[in-house]
Amino acid sequence: MAAALRRPFFWIIGVAILVFAAAPFGKDVELRESLLLAAVYITLASNLNMMLGYAGYVNFGSIVFFGLGGYFCVYFMGTLGWGLLPSVLVGGVAVSFLALLFGLGILRLRGIHFALATIGVNEAVMAFVTNFQPWGGSTGIYLSTELFQPLGGPAQALWTIYYLRVAVMGLSLYLSYFIKNSKFGVGLLAIGQNEDAASVLGVPAPRYKALAYSASALLPSIAGGLYFFKGAFIQPADAFDLTLSTEAIVITMLGGQGTIFGPALGAYLYEELRGWLLTSQTFANFQLVVAGVLLLIIVLFAPGGLMGLFYRRWPRLRRILE
Amino acid sequence: MSALLEIDNLSKRFGGLQAVGGLSFAVGEGEILGLIGPNGAGKSTVFNLINGVFTPDAGRVGFRGTDITGAAPFRVARLGLARTHQIVQPFASMTVLENCTVGACFGRENLPLPRAREAAREAAVLVGLEDRLDEPALHLTIAGKKRLELARALSARPALLMLDEVLAGLNPTEVARMIEIVRSIRGHGVAILMIEHLMQAIMSLSDRIVVLNSGRKLSEGAPAQVARDPAVVEAYLGDPGLVQGGAR
Repeated sequence: MAAALRRPFFWIIGVAILVFAAAPFGKDVELRESLLLAAVYITLASNLNMMLGYAGYVNFGSIVFFGLGGYFCVYFMGTLGWGLLPSVLVGGVAVSFLALLFGLGILRLRGIHFALATIGVNEAVMAFVTNFQPWGGSTGIYLSTELFQPLGGPAQALWTIYYLRVAVMGLSLYLSYFIKNSKFGVGLLAIGQNEDAASVLGVPAPRYKALAYSASALLPSIAGGLYFFKGAFIQPADAFDLTLSTEAIVITMLGGQGTIFGPALGAYLYEELRGWLLTSQTFANFQLVVAGVLLLIIVLFAPGGLMGLFYRRWPRLRRILE
Repeated sequence: MSALLEIDNLSKRFGGLQAVGGLSFAVGEGEILGLIGPNGAGKSTVFNLINGVFTPDAGRVGFRGTDITGAAPFRVARLGLARTHQIVQPFASMTVLENCTVGACFGRENLPLPRAREAAREAAVLVGLEDRLDEPALHLTIAGKKRLELARALSARPALLMLDEVLAGLNPTEVARMIEIVRSIRGHGVAILMIEHLMQAIMSLSDRIVVLNSGRKLSEGAPAQVARDPAVVEAYLGDPGLVQGGAR
């Protein structure tokens, strides 16, 4: 633990969080919304990276955590009348626990079979929620704007949500960092390289994979709670949209799977690119096509992503950016 | 001599093939036991049955007084039984030191990360990889990868080390070097169960030898005694590789 605090990257994460928190300066709403989206992408990609980059398991349905977190939060606030913080926290823990149960089941599968099962989990949860009346079924749940009052009214509430979002992003980066620099992380990386060899060396693969799956669910589900509270509305099609899952994979691969900085860099660049594409005349309807082509190029020519290219060009960078 | 590893009446069938049948033997503390036999005799299967990669159909495996029959490989490793693979299985993009750190972290002593790195470094030095510590495993030569397999298993500080053909594919200089390494490991009090095709090497290294043929024990005893056993000679004369004076 103490050794981890002496590394430059620990402080680089801290600076990044401060920049995110301070940049809109309490008044630049446009910049805030752009950074907010970047923070969501960073959160999703960093947590996905624990499965994809560390343990080598492709989770195509990681958005199920985000959506379920959203549903728990909206339900706790709208129907049970809880406050924002207890709602997102209890929602996060609940989703993490569900993920542990799912994980113990589907992590018996490997490779392509696991990837398919993760899509199945997302679709099954969506089908369940669509038919679950306490959660509004297919029409979803609306939140009253009254709920923004305890946070100082809608305008102030948006700032509060932004800071909470940045905090969740920061926690995601630190979680990635501490896991990677722990024995747990060493075991996950070994599983990612060769699961059978890792088991023979004593890595308790079934337990570690399920724990990683569960850990990677916690912060995205809190982010989902904040996201859908902000929108004051949730419905199955938005909550369990595989597009966002796929984007998280593109981002992680673009930045460099397995690194901590990579997914964050990829998320920021992707957010910028996306903004540019959506406002451009020519590409407005092709944003996802571009994402798909990008993924293809990375997989074929730069499987290590941008970080892989940087490390090859400047090997010393490894000591600074992890 | 108390038995470290006890195998009793072990059997495994794959479809129509009885890979291992009614096999019993024991490895004592600090002993080197050689396991030999023609190709397809079931030697690697025996390793896989011992460390839990396969579950035996019948029989019992006892290690340090614990019944480990059918236990998951990671549990067996925790108890202090490490092995190398016939076909090397490095964590390709991790460095030599990181590879060994995995072994040390999850081995018998269950070391915390900083101490695991120390144990990993010691093991890498013991096998002569001290100059390659920060090199990714995929950059090593085949001899280097074999040594890495050994170092990774040793990092776990096992009580028993199972070596599956660590000499295969090495040139004579590398073989001589590896034999020295195996001797020095035994010098540290680690018992060794080894599969090997290189007869001279295994005859000179082993305290005792078990000969397998078609999954059954053909002979057991001191190297000189086994070499004279008519049943062994007959089984091996059927193996053209040996008649031509070499291993494959």
